[in-house]
Order: sequence, then structure tokens, then C-alpha cells
Amino acid sequence: MDAEITLRVDGRPRQCTVDTRTTLLDTLREHLGVSAPKKGCDHGQCGSCTVLLDGRRVTTCLAFAVAQNGAEITTAEGLAGDGEHPMQRAFLDHDGFQCGFCTPGQICSAVGMVDEARAGWPSAVTPDVAGSVDIDDLDDAEIRERMSGNLCRCGAYVNIVSAIREAAR
Amino acid sequence: MIPFDYQPAENAEGAVATVARAPEATFLGGGTNLVDHMKLGLARPSLLVDVTTLPLDRIETLPDGGVRIGAGVRNSDAAAHPTIRERYPALAEALLSGASGQLRNLATTGGNLLQRTRCVYFQDVTTPCNKREPGSGCSALGGYTRYHAILGASSDCVAVHPSDMAVAMAALDAVVQVTGPGGQRDIPVVDLHRLPGDQPHRDTVLSHGDLITAVDLPPAPASRHSRYRKVRDRASYAFALVSVAAALDIEDGDVRAARVAFGGVSHKPWRARRAEDVLVEGPPTESTFWDAAEAELSDAEPLRGNEFKVPLARNTLVSVLREIVSEQR
Repeated sequence: MDAEITLRVDGRPRQCTVDTRTTLLDTLREHLGVSAPKKGCDHGQCGSCTVLLDGRRVTTCLAFAVAQNGAEITTAEGLAGDGEHPMQRAFLDHDGFQCGFCTPGQICSAVGMVDEARAGWPSAVTPDVAGSVDIDDLDDAEIRERMSGNLCRCGAYVNIVSAIREAAR
Repeated sequence: MIPFDYQPAENAEGAVATVARAPEATFLGGGTNLVDHMKLGLARPSLLVDVTTLPLDRIETLPDGGVRIGAGVRNSDAAAHPTIRERYPALAEALLSGASGQLRNLATTGGNLLQRTRCVYFQDVTTPCNKREPGSGCSALGGYTRYHAILGASSDCVAVHPSDMAVAMAALDAVVQVTGPGGQRDIPVVDLHRLPGDQPHRDTVLSHGDLITAVDLPPAPASRHSRYRKVRDRASYAFALVSVAAALDIEDGDVRAARVAFGGVSHKPWRARRAEDVLVEGPPTESTFWDAAEAELSDAEPLRGNEFKVPLARNTLVSVLREIVSEQR
């Protein structure tokens, strides 16, 4: 069953007709030519398809596009317009990748994660969930826990953590 | 995946009526479990009624001092909410220990309760499974059982319920608000999920067309002193081998109220009433903790391959109780 949807992708309004079975990930990649989000596992387990959906990090492989009609989507490609987002710069400076396949998802996830920490959200390793959470508390253990939804098969984790640590400052 | 129609819900009663009318229709929440099941061929709905469009995304304080979490509240928002963190820390901890940051931003409160087992055989349509295909047999019996049940299982099914959130809610005496074709009713979380018996295809007591609209948390004094601990094969982003939610109300050196539930051990969040009975009306001592764990787990029936879960559950419970007591001193 076809449905017509409108999305705002990386700042541009986009319209397309999709079968209701189409995920948001496939809509971006196959219908709109936005290839920054990657298809890794296609089951919500690897995080390589992560984008910001209305400002929050989500996996796009487990969302039907038809249910996201009208949404604002930011992919790694559109994080800073034509410029360079500080998180992207930090990944470059710290060698936060090897093959690069997981990187657009890692970077979108990291940007969303830092926003969550700035908003005072606790994590599973926060000692006291009832206490206040400050961005300065974002140590390596917090970064690892909060980024556990993004897998890197090359194992660039050490540099990913240091990139995020720097960009979060 | 078979073709399906999509409808955004306009109101709860209308959504219920639409789904109740169509046997192959189902509600769509965050989609993190349902969409995956549609990809795997486990779920084949012909109509999805999207209930994330309903105004069920609020957390509000109830007149009795309890808290109502709308069924559409995302797991991340519930975990970050100041009232939940302060009054029901075990619930915030349980939510934060589930899935990943990205999935918690999508997954809803109602959907979390209704997520289905991660039993590898249930998720693999090429293997027999009584939960997926009643009467076809259970592949886990004699198979890979590391993640399977040690309490309340049957000869037809040894799967466990995967939710962390539901375990904390079961311990905290939360109540589910349901709108169904026959009207509204409430169901304690401890009574929502079923033991498998000879009908493992039925996860819950809900009927087709029943929609969870909210979960109410009572204003229990013990809930402030509550913890959730999850033990798993990796440090993060994995389902529980065993988890424990516990709350103790200690007054004048004695335990006035105890609430304990286990996750990862049964087809439902396992409320540990026998352990609670041992804990109440006495001082919270190390030996009482071990007695409580023993009382609950003495007739556990581990499978070949998950015997370790019995001492793991015992040790985890004692450790969590110790922690709660040390924090109240």
C-alpha cells in the first residue's frame, strides 16, 4: 500500500511516495539518495543507521517511514550544513574510525548523546539516578555506556571515546 | 513482509474499535520490537493502527501521590523524568539498563510491557516453537538454554520475558490501565503476564483489541529505597541473565515492607513473595537475606545449560538487598 509522505531531511523539505513497508532507513537511502545512514544489521542492533529524528538519536531501520510523516531528520551529512560539526572534527583528530562504515551513525549518536547528557539525563552507570547529572560528569565509563548502541567492527572504540570526550567539552 | 495498511489513531476508543474489528490488525507504538518481528516473519499484520499519535505521552502525579506514566511515554523520557528518578529509582535504573540510547528514544511504556521473548528459537521461523506455532514443539528443551527460565516454566515453553522495566514495575506494585472493546479496566503488572502452561502463545491476559493506555505507580514509601540490578553477558546493551528489582522500607531497625521481583528467570516478571515474607518484620541482616533468597529459589528448576542462574539469582538478590540497607543507614 503506497503512502505519500513529507520529511525535512538535512534542512530540505522532501516528498516521496513509499510502500508502507518501507523503513525510514530505506526511504532515506533508496528513495531520497541520502546515503549517510548505513544499513548494517537492519534489526536495531548495530546503530549504523542512527540519525537525529526531531532532534533525538534513533535507529532508522526499525521505524516505518509512513509513521514519521512530517518529521525533521538530520543525518551525519547535514549536522553542520556544508561546514564541519565539532563532533566530526573530533573524530578526524582522534582517528575515531578505521573503515568508516559505522561512523555516520556513531557521530549522530554521539551528538544526540551529548545533548541528552547536557539535558541532565542519567545513564545505567550513573551512581545515583536521583542526583543531578552534569556534562562534566561525562567520563569514559559514561561515554561507553551511553554509546553502547553503536557497534564498530574495526574496534576503533578507544579513539571514538576520546573523540567524544573532547567534543563534549 | 506482507503488505499492510497504516492508520494514525485519532482517539483511544476509535483505535480499539478498529483493531478489535480486524483480526489481523495490531497497534503500532515505537515499533522497536514489532517492526523487527514483521521483518523476521513472526508478525504479519494487515493493518497497523499507530497509537503514538494519541495524547498518552505524559507523566503526571495522581491525587493519591502516585504517578501515572502514559503508555506512549518513551522509555528515555520516563527514565530521565525527575519524579521517576527521585521516587522510583529502581524503575529509572531498570529503564536505563534496557536496550540502547537510540532504542529507548523510540520504545514506549506500553510497547515495553508487550515486547516478546528473545528466545532464539521463537525468533527463528525455521525451528519448532510452541509460542510462535502452537503444537509444533519446543526447540529450547534440549537446546540452547542459557537465557531460559528456571521458575514457572512448562513442558511446552521455557522462554523468559525480556523486559527490565516490567520487573521494576512488578516489584513496585504498578497497575496497568487498559481500554478494551468492553471498556476500561486496570490490571496489576504482576497479573498482566502469564506463565506459559499449555498456552505459551499467550504472553499476557490481554485480548485482541485491548490497548494499554497508562501505567500507575502507587505512592509506596519503600519505593524511594529501591534498586534494580541486571546481570548480563556484556556490560551494556544485552538482555538479562538474571535481574533483581527490590525495595525495602526499614523503620526502627526492622523491615516494615519488602518488595522483590526477578527478571530473566521466568515467562513473566517474577514477584518474589516468598522472599518478601522472610524479609518483613525483622532486622535486615545478612542471614535473613540468604534465607529470603533460598525461600524463593528452593524449588527452582534449572535446565541443562542454565543451572548457574540459581546461584546467580540468589547472589544478586543478596547483593541488592545489602546495597539498599547500606544506603538507608
